[in-house]
Amino acid sequence: MIAFWILAPVMVIAALGLLFVRKAVHAALLLAVVMMSLAVLYAALEAPFLFAVQIIVYTGAILMLFLFVLMLVGVDASDSIVETIRGQRVLAAVFGLGLGLVMVLGLSQISLGTAVGLEDANAAGNIQALANILFSRYVFAFEVTSALLITAAVGAMVLAHRERLTPKPTQRSLAAQRMKDYAELGTHPGPLPPPGVYARHNAVDTPALLPDGTAAESSVSRVLAARGTVRSAPARAEDIHEIEGTLSGATHAGRDAVAPATTTEVTPATGEDSE
Amino acid sequence: MYALNEGAIPVVNAASADGVYSLLWLVVALPLAGATILLVGGRYTDKWGHLLGTLLPIGSFLVSLVLFFDLLGRDEGDRQVSQHVFTWFQTGHLDVGMDLLYDPLSALFLLLITGVGSLIHVYSIGYMAHDLRRRRFFGYLNLFVAAMLMLVLSENYLGLFLGWEGVGLASYLLIGFWQHKPSAAAAGKKAFVINRVGDMGISTSIMMFFALFGSTSFTVISEKAANASETQLTILGLLLLLGACAKSAQFPLQAWLLDAMEGPTPVSALIHAATMVTAGVYLIVRSNFIFEAAPHAQTAVVVVALISILWGAAIGCAKDDIKKGLAGSTMSQIGYMMLGAGLGAAGYAFAIFHLLTHGFFKANMFLGAGSVMHGMNDDVDMRHYGALRKMMPVTFLTFAMGYLAIIGFPGFSGFWSKDKIIETALADNWLVGICAIIGAGITGFYMTRMMLMTFFGDDRRWEKDVHPHESPSVMTVPLVVLAALSVLGGVMLAGDWIQDFLAPVVGTGAHEDPPLPALAVTVIVVLVVASGVAVAWLLFGRREVPRTAPQDVSFVTRAAREELYGNQINDGLVVNPGRHLVGGLLTIDKHVVDGTFTGGPVSLGTLAGFARRAQNGFVRTYALSLLGGVLIVVLALLAVNLA
Amino acid sequence: MDVTAYVVLSGILFTIGCVGVLIRRNAIVVFMCVELMLNASNLALVAFARQHGNLDGQIAAFFVMVVAAAEVVVGLAIIMTIFRTRRSASVDDASLLKY
Repeated sequence: MIAFWILAPVMVIAALGLLFVRKAVHAALLLAVVMMSLAVLYAALEAPFLFAVQIIVYTGAILMLFLFVLMLVGVDASDSIVETIRGQRVLAAVFGLGLGLVMVLGLSQISLGTAVGLEDANAAGNIQALANILFSRYVFAFEVTSALLITAAVGAMVLAHRERLTPKPTQRSLAAQRMKDYAELGTHPGPLPPPGVYARHNAVDTPALLPDGTAAESSVSRVLAARGTVRSAPARAEDIHEIEGTLSGATHAGRDAVAPATTTEVTPATGEDSE
Repeated sequence: MYALNEGAIPVVNAASADGVYSLLWLVVALPLAGATILLVGGRYTDKWGHLLGTLLPIGSFLVSLVLFFDLLGRDEGDRQVSQHVFTWFQTGHLDVGMDLLYDPLSALFLLLITGVGSLIHVYSIGYMAHDLRRRRFFGYLNLFVAAMLMLVLSENYLGLFLGWEGVGLASYLLIGFWQHKPSAAAAGKKAFVINRVGDMGISTSIMMFFALFGSTSFTVISEKAANASETQLTILGLLLLLGACAKSAQFPLQAWLLDAMEGPTPVSALIHAATMVTAGVYLIVRSNFIFEAAPHAQTAVVVVALISILWGAAIGCAKDDIKKGLAGSTMSQIGYMMLGAGLGAAGYAFAIFHLLTHGFFKANMFLGAGSVMHGMNDDVDMRHYGALRKMMPVTFLTFAMGYLAIIGFPGFSGFWSKDKIIETALADNWLVGICAIIGAGITGFYMTRMMLMTFFGDDRRWEKDVHPHESPSVMTVPLVVLAALSVLGGVMLAGDWIQDFLAPVVGTGAHEDPPLPALAVTVIVVLVVASGVAVAWLLFGRREVPRTAPQDVSFVTRAAREELYGNQINDGLVVNPGRHLVGGLLTIDKHVVDGTFTGGPVSLGTLAGFARRAQNGFVRTYALSLLGGVLIVVLALLAVNLA
Repeated sequence: MDVTAYVVLSGILFTIGCVGVLIRRNAIVVFMCVELMLNASNLALVAFARQHGNLDGQIAAFFVMVVAAAEVVVGLAIIMTIFRTRRSASVDDASLLKY
């Protein structure tokens, strides 16, 4: 019973957390806590087979499936706290409390007497005893279960399957489309220019320079442009110049006399860089 | 076959038609065919339509004439012939045939309708010569003649009703013939609506005939009528009287007749003087087997007749419109016929006699009025006439014949017929007789007024640009014929011929001696009429007639100009309460009835509208109600266990 | 050893799962709460198996796990499909079936 008294509060708190956390991933982790604790309680209740199954099947398979779907849907998707249905929360709380109170009070009023215990039933081992029952008395239900699982698998496939409504585009049709766009909309038919590459690092966030010295905007990802983290090549050049200056200053101290004018000029660029 | 017992109610017992009588159906069929051809043929018949439309009634007239002379040649008790044309319908115990009955009564009507009708057709050729829709007019006239013939020839009430409705329809079409005038359209509608009131009486009585006697045939009913109770017969009589009042423009359903003058003048002559309005009289005379056994109904007829005589005469005195003046006189004269018909077996023959003579002289005068209007650019106001006797001599002379006939100038047809009715009325009840004599006096007054204002005097009060002229001969020839008939119509009374001729149909009344000798009555009547003429001459002959009607007149004159407030009474008693009733019923229907019926579903719908809000589509709301249900079940289990 | 405590714990976890289903809007989290309810019932089954000295309860819990596995597979596939078409994993957004 020590395990129970330790685990029960943990489980209740984790379950309550399920109600209040905003992110679905956290909810899944809290549910994992509840399930693992349940597995332990199964062990305490002389059900070693279910202990294993709970961990392997429930926590291992089902909960992972949940997480997998969460990843597909989007981890960021957090619930808004505002309740849209009027009175839903209050009524749910009232009804839930009512049901909980009735069950807890009702169940604590009854006395089940001393538990029989499973020593006799598990005499030949829990798994053997379960197998005996499962493949004799419950064999029909067991076989039906297989049908259920197959149906579920097929159903999941059917639901997840996306029907292709248009023929798969071939390379030829893609090329034709590209030329057509060029003819009609003026879209550039070739690949986009790569970002500027400098000897010192792969600057994905720095646009390439066109022959006239201006930046080619299409050479950097739009995401970076939206974030506002695109650098400009001239700034980078100053940057390099300054670093070079620092480096040479360390080795040739005599150069410092010349350097200050430029150093003060590039200070903003340095500050920008450090951000 | 027929026993001529005094006072006995004759029974219709017709021999089946053979020989020349098998042509009977032609009388109706000819004008009906004319109407069909002219109305269906449309403008393809425009060129010759009026000629065909005139020839066919003349054909009918010739057939009627042949039949009439053949009838005269037959034995007196053998003068009823019926022809079974076809079975109209037969359901269960009801068996209604399209049977025609030819007996002395219908024989006279046939001659009147086809004879006068044909003359009016001839007259219309000239009168309507410049109307673009003349062919249609003749189609309607033929339809009218066919319906009227059907009315008087049918052997059962249902066939009579068919003709009755046909006459109503034709009348509606003809009164509103110039439908581009709103007043004409309204007048047609008014006549139609008022006639529906009467139709209600007739159709109800037909239903009663079916219920009481199982048939509408005159043969069956006249035989079985004695078995019915007097109350039943009184009700039947009153219902028939209601119908007769509407069709004959008798009080209280007289209002339509004056407005009906909106129609072309030949229509006024044909329908509203000579034929259609006499249908009511025909109905009562034909139903003599009902009225003879229902004295109260007869009394009602007499009362209605007296009121109509005086009412119509009063209107005739005040109207400046020549046609409306004549219309008032028509109402009054038909009152005389109704009076005769209401007096029972003693009066039927005289009612028919007056009907015939009136048909002659009134048609004559209406056509004369039409001729005057023709010469006066369709002006109808007598105050714009004057001194026309020299301008249109034929019209003047023929009109004068009609005038002398209607006022009862000794020797003229109207003198004989009206005198007989007054005599019979005096013998029946002296009060009734005196009223009739007063009516005769007023007739003398207003007819003289009309004559004086139209033809006499020397001041020509004509409108500018009016050049009175005589009408073409196609119009004057019918006038001459009718004038001759107006003068000579009285010969029918010679040797009590008409009474004996009609006796097989209407019986002969017990002869009652009038309180005064017949000659004295005649002298009194002539004196009263003469005084009426004298008063009119004093008022209009010696003084100049103002061109506009004087306004500072007594209450009586104003009332008479307003047709004794007949329209206002109708409006006040029937039309406005009816409107309010219908309006009230409509409101009740809209708000109470509809409210009750639609209220339930509407409130249910509103409720459902609120309930469906529960189906908000949110899974979590459904889950919440699920949890609520679980909670309730758990609590219930707990409660059960604790209890 | 008394199993009443286990059963009470099971009830508490079940109720928390219920409320979670009602108030969370992310379909995946709602689904997790359903799993929590299933696990809570499993705990009760195992506890009662021990109480009665009978392994049938453990067999039942085993079957529950199998069914839960099948349910999760299908349920997550449905959530995926909905997300793919509506770009949202909120259970409130799929509310077209209404008045």
